Amino acid sequence: MNSAAIASKSAAAIEKARSEGRTALIGYLPAGYPDVQGTIDAAVALAENGADVIEIGIPYSDPVMDGQVIQAATVQALENGFRVRQVFDIVAGITSRCEAAVLVMTYWNPVMRMGVDEFSRRLAEAGGAGLITPDLIPDEAAEWFEASDKYGLDRVFLVAPSSTPERMAMTVKASRGFVYAVSIMGVTGARTSVSSAAQQVVEAAHAAGAERVCVGLGVSQAEHVREIGAYAEGAIVGTALVATLGAEGVEAVGKLAAELHSGTTKN
Amino acid sequence: MTQSPETPDAGEKPDAADAFLSGGSLRHAPGPYFGNYGGRWMPESLIAALDELQDTFDKAKADPEFIAQVAELNRNYSGRPSLLTEAKRFSAHAGGARIFLKREDLNHTGSHKINNVLGQALLAKRMGKTRIIAETGAGQHGVASATAAALLGLECVVYMGAEDTRRQALNVARMELLGATVIPVTAGSQTLKDAINEALRDWVANVHTTHYLLGTAAGAHPFPALVRYFHEVIGDEAREQILAQTGRLPDAVCACIGGGSNAIGIFHGFLDDPSVELYGFEAGGEGVDTDRHAATITLGRPGVLHGARSYLMQDEDGQTIESHSISAGLDYPGVGPEHSYLSDIGRAKYEPVTDSEAMDAFRLLCRTEGIIPAIESSHALAGALRVGKKLTSGKQNPQDVIIVVNLSGRGDKDVATAAEWFDLLDGNSPEAEIGAEGEQL
Repeated sequence: MNSAAIASKSAAAIEKARSEGRTALIGYLPAGYPDVQGTIDAAVALAENGADVIEIGIPYSDPVMDGQVIQAATVQALENGFRVRQVFDIVAGITSRCEAAVLVMTYWNPVMRMGVDEFSRRLAEAGGAGLITPDLIPDEAAEWFEASDKYGLDRVFLVAPSSTPERMAMTVKASRGFVYAVSIMGVTGARTSVSSAAQQVVEAAHAAGAERVCVGLGVSQAEHVREIGAYAEGAIVGTALVATLGAEGVEAVGKLAAELHSGTTKN
Repeated sequence: MTQSPETPDAGEKPDAADAFLSGGSLRHAPGPYFGNYGGRWMPESLIAALDELQDTFDKAKADPEFIAQVAELNRNYSGRPSLLTEAKRFSAHAGGARIFLKREDLNHTGSHKINNVLGQALLAKRMGKTRIIAETGAGQHGVASATAAALLGLECVVYMGAEDTRRQALNVARMELLGATVIPVTAGSQTLKDAINEALRDWVANVHTTHYLLGTAAGAHPFPALVRYFHEVIGDEAREQILAQTGRLPDAVCACIGGGSNAIGIFHGFLDDPSVELYGFEAGGEGVDTDRHAATITLGRPGVLHGARSYLMQDEDGQTIESHSISAGLDYPGVGPEHSYLSDIGRAKYEPVTDSEAMDAFRLLCRTEGIIPAIESSHALAGALRVGKKLTSGKQNPQDVIIVVNLSGRGDKDVATAAEWFDLLDGNSPEAEIGAEGEQL
């Protein structure tokens, strides 16, 4: 992993969890859902109840990696008039109130449109840790390598059950902070169990030299977190939190985070 | 295309424009990049499938048996070669330039789409896949995909915006008659681009058994080069036919552009003939001074959508803007990356044609040639009238100007829309109601 001189905020958060004998808990929320302040409040509730890293997703018109729950939330955020630049207010709002590392998850076109350098500068200024990029592979990421190095941001790329050994090695090497292991061939969404493919992906990433691998897609319960903790450094929960936020509000998000956190203790 | 992250090279992609300007060839551009366009802006989960497709395609192109298989289907199933018909009475309205129509409307299923679906369905079989998925707007590509699937014994699922499935009920029935399953897409704006999103989601989940049969020369590498390959037959035939009929190359070639598959197919035959001007006509909708159009190259700016970097209709935040056109087949906010490149280097010119101009050309072709064109193709016809007047201007012998137009599809599907447009229906008839909804029968 390329971590040379840059101190990775998400790596630090995951290592802190490791030093405490825990699996890192990473929680996803869409920016601007239900509104900007609501996102900040829900993220702070996540952090206060045990999330080590917060992932804020930018609502995008064409989210090909997202399932129905997250699509519905991001569509609502866009209909409410969410603007991309508000993600920096959200990141700053969260980092000013809690210690969690805050990553932004975004499809690539909104970043391109603002300008990769400009986007990166503003994210760093807001206290953001870096980006998770579901539709940007290292092969196309030259501009992002440059900007993320310049502003000291993490670049979290995805690896999948279908990644070849060559691509796994290349993607692990390109990543900073952690590697996002997609647990299943599919899109985001709560599932009753974590795919058995997840462990193989994580093992392949470790074998390729990844120090920190976190598992996402289909992770929704404390039991899943516990299971993943046996072989990975972190578990990423999205859809379950978004559904809870939509149905029951901020307090319920905090409660679910605490419940998920109960699964982070490694035996 | 894998490169070490330590050696980024964005912005330094080899510029083939230099090669062309210094006498090199623009034909058979392999991708993944066309100048600064193209590439693979795709989830990692799908990269292995794109690599598999690329590998299968490369081997197939070099395999005489595959080439013979495609040629046999083109000849004995699609009805190729398609005719090149001189439109003598229509020509009088183009300043007297001689206009020749490349008759893709005469192919089986009524448009150029069949060329690509047969080729890709054969590739799917070579990869051992048993299921194809496709997106469709009005239903043309969905019907073509369902046709290929029926012919070759593949399961077929077509994603279509929920609103479109209601408006295009007869095309849904067509696909179902051919054995396909049509899934209405209720996500996002419920249009063609959302149908593509949903097909991509299906593909990620089912990639082991499923080939995504993309309908246009856009998307992630290798799709732009692959879809073009199967449509190159249009340009190859047209070039040979125009030489046989007139003894020389045309002055201009005109095509309509949505994603751009028919256009890239016919352009390809003439790319290395610098004397032949290439024109792509985008859907200008209600006008490029309104926000209801699909003039992607004319008014868009580069961005990434559905896997490729290309011109894109997007807002200040990089959100995709919904396109509008009377022609469902051109109603797409993106465009194939090779067109973006050909536009930037000036090899092809891209101009908007409004709904109204297209419908005038539609009626003109009906009445002067006895051919009902697709509304998509009518954009190319309207453009050809414009180009004809320009090229013949001040000429003693306007008939010395020769223009080839790709008549990419027939207009049977557009009769209700046209009848509504020209007010041919009793206002209380069910057909009028359907036409008002943009139905294409």
